[in-house]
Amino acid sequence: MSESTFSADDFKPLPKGAAAEVITRPSMSYWQDAWRRLKENRRAIISLWIIIGLLAFTLIGPYLWTVDHAKQNVDKISERPFTSTEAVLTTPLQPWDIGNRGTPSDPLALAEPATTQTARLVWQAMPGASAYRIYRNIFPYEPGAGLGLPLGETLLPKDTYFEDRLDLQAKTYYYSVVGLDSQLRETAQVVTLEVPVTRVITLTEATERGLLSQASDGKLGEKIHLGTHPFGTDYLGRDLLARLMEGARVSLFIGIVAPFLFVLVGVAYGSIAGFLGGASDQVLMRFADFVVALPFLLFMILFKIAFGIGPGESGVMPMLLALVLLSWPSTARLVRGQILQIREEGYINAAQLLGANTSYLVLRHMIPNTLGVILVTLTFAVPSAIFTEAFLSFIGMGVAPPTPSWGSMCNEGIKTMLTSPHELIFPALFISVTVLAFNLLGDGLRDALDSRMRSRE
Amino acid sequence: MLSYTLKRLLQGVITVWFIATATFFAMHQVPGDPLTTDKAVPEDIRKNLEEKYGLDKPLFEQYTIFLSNITRGDFGISFTQKNRRVNDIIREQFPVSATLGILAIIFAALGGILWGALTALYRNKLPDIVIMFLVILGISVPSFVMAALGQMGLVSLNDTLGFSVLPVAGWGTVQHMLVPSLVLGLGTMAYLTRLMRSSMLEIVNADYVRTAKAKGLPASRIFTKHQLRNAVLPVITVLGPAIAAITTGGFVVESIFAIPGLGRFFVQAVQQLDYTVIMGTTVFYGAFLVFMVILVDLLYGFIDPRVRIS
Repeated sequence: MSESTFSADDFKPLPKGAAAEVITRPSMSYWQDAWRRLKENRRAIISLWIIIGLLAFTLIGPYLWTVDHAKQNVDKISERPFTSTEAVLTTPLQPWDIGNRGTPSDPLALAEPATTQTARLVWQAMPGASAYRIYRNIFPYEPGAGLGLPLGETLLPKDTYFEDRLDLQAKTYYYSVVGLDSQLRETAQVVTLEVPVTRVITLTEATERGLLSQASDGKLGEKIHLGTHPFGTDYLGRDLLARLMEGARVSLFIGIVAPFLFVLVGVAYGSIAGFLGGASDQVLMRFADFVVALPFLLFMILFKIAFGIGPGESGVMPMLLALVLLSWPSTARLVRGQILQIREEGYINAAQLLGANTSYLVLRHMIPNTLGVILVTLTFAVPSAIFTEAFLSFIGMGVAPPTPSWGSMCNEGIKTMLTSPHELIFPALFISVTVLAFNLLGDGLRDALDSRMRSRE
Repeated sequence: MLSYTLKRLLQGVITVWFIATATFFAMHQVPGDPLTTDKAVPEDIRKNLEEKYGLDKPLFEQYTIFLSNITRGDFGISFTQKNRRVNDIIREQFPVSATLGILAIIFAALGGILWGALTALYRNKLPDIVIMFLVILGISVPSFVMAALGQMGLVSLNDTLGFSVLPVAGWGTVQHMLVPSLVLGLGTMAYLTRLMRSSMLEIVNADYVRTAKAKGLPASRIFTKHQLRNAVLPVITVLGPAIAAITTGGFVVESIFAIPGLGRFFVQAVQQLDYTVIMGTTVFYGAFLVFMVILVDLLYGFIDPRVRIS
């Protein structure tokens, strides 16, 4: 304001009640301020959205992707993501009319096109052979190399046919027929045939699997789509996306509920110890020290077994209990330290002078003032709980098999990691992204809530 | 100093006793016992066996016998492995786990200190951003995935080169140890890098560093003599718990790389409820960890004179 612009109006008394000064910024509570700071942290906000997305993935996902996570699909074992498979509709397996097979013009031929139901081989009789042995290989014939899986032997020289129905997959096989001499020793006479196998599905099976609404909807010989698995399938032919959604329930449940419970226990224990002080504090904290000293993973395993699971249970609850029993002391120590500090603050004395009793002091002043630190601990406890669950399931001590969890899926995936890496990579990716999101959110919360622990960036 | 050491050691002994007691009663809480197998054992034979192993006595008496044995350093005989004393199992398998763990700690500590110091010196520049990104990745990927990826990488490396650069699994030579211990140490390395970075950042512009600069000391000497020495102290404090985390976390890496360490025996023993092996390994591990933490604390007092006084 420059000096010459005063007018008489400026010296009139203000009406009663009007503010002499207008505060331009509204006053903010601690939580509003923390929220404002958190919103400025882009990484933390992205992490928050990722966590919300993961929760939606597991809670809403199964309603949108209605594939049964436990259903096995034997023609789609360890299928790569987004592989599109089709099958030809066919009748149930018809018996082979062997008498009418005729003599093939080639040394070795198929009596009819090979399907995943059956591959029917016929061959020309070899001079001097008294019987035949049939092999199946997945690699092309090479002289000197092995012929593959021996499927069987024919008994008589006139039996120049063989039907293979052993676990046929929709790929190319190489069949070899070796002539045997009268002592049933292999001779040098070998014929080989490359056989492409087409995938077929019967009308009844297609109807049972829900691919056709009625058996009469499909025409024989028509190609039918077997349904895509966006994340592929596992080693038992189960849909990986559905399993990931279901597995997230175990992993996120343990990951979020266990820290919540043990932080709660820790807060109660720590605030009691901190408030009582003296000898009882010493005893309580010594006990907490002992629990900290227990070898964590060994005791997780031991406790989980000690609590036991009945048949048909998934074993999530024993794991939760073990995790809570072993993890509370760190929070208890932290809260106790905070309470000891706050106890000396002026506002506690003031409240005591005003006649506040102990429970009021603890609930109204001490715990709310440590809430920021507690929230940060909680966020950082989530990744370690998820890791623990994954680790236990990984070594086979976690959830019982039919129930999927990200850890047990990794454990299953690692067995086939060299041939179908997606079975390991997807659950591992989900664990890593979740842990990453919680870590970054924890960093953000710490910066926003706790001025003393603020990291210097 | 001496009385402090004695006090800590006494506390350590009590802690180990607590661990032993907790394990003992938790273990006996599990339904079944080591004599229960798939094959039905006739009642009389079972009785004899129970008598022989002292399993027929009341639980508390078993506990006192166990305690008196343990004070003499005798962990007993394994229930499931042919003619093996638990002491022998520990003596043979523990050095393997310990070698793996020590190597992993060395990797983790050296890497963590170096990367942490680098990120602090190049704060908000490219090396800092790249290393911190890798650190966050290292913290977020579980150890078994690291181990699996490490092995997968090794397999494809050997495949593309056509000869075996490093063995994919097994134990025995230094080449066998490199990849597993690196994988085992990665998580801790990431954690130590973060810690080192923040402790270094506090020190980068400290008064004594400015004085050293003003005196005209070369940057390398300031780094080694003034910055690194002071910044490394908080890292040493967490080495005790880090050793604990690495030794117990070892059994995933041990199982993936087929290393005959102690961890595998523990998991096996728990599944078969081999009382003596469970007790032996838990008490041994517990004691090892407790005294490791005490050792690191004492070492810390030795390195940092400020702590010695209090």
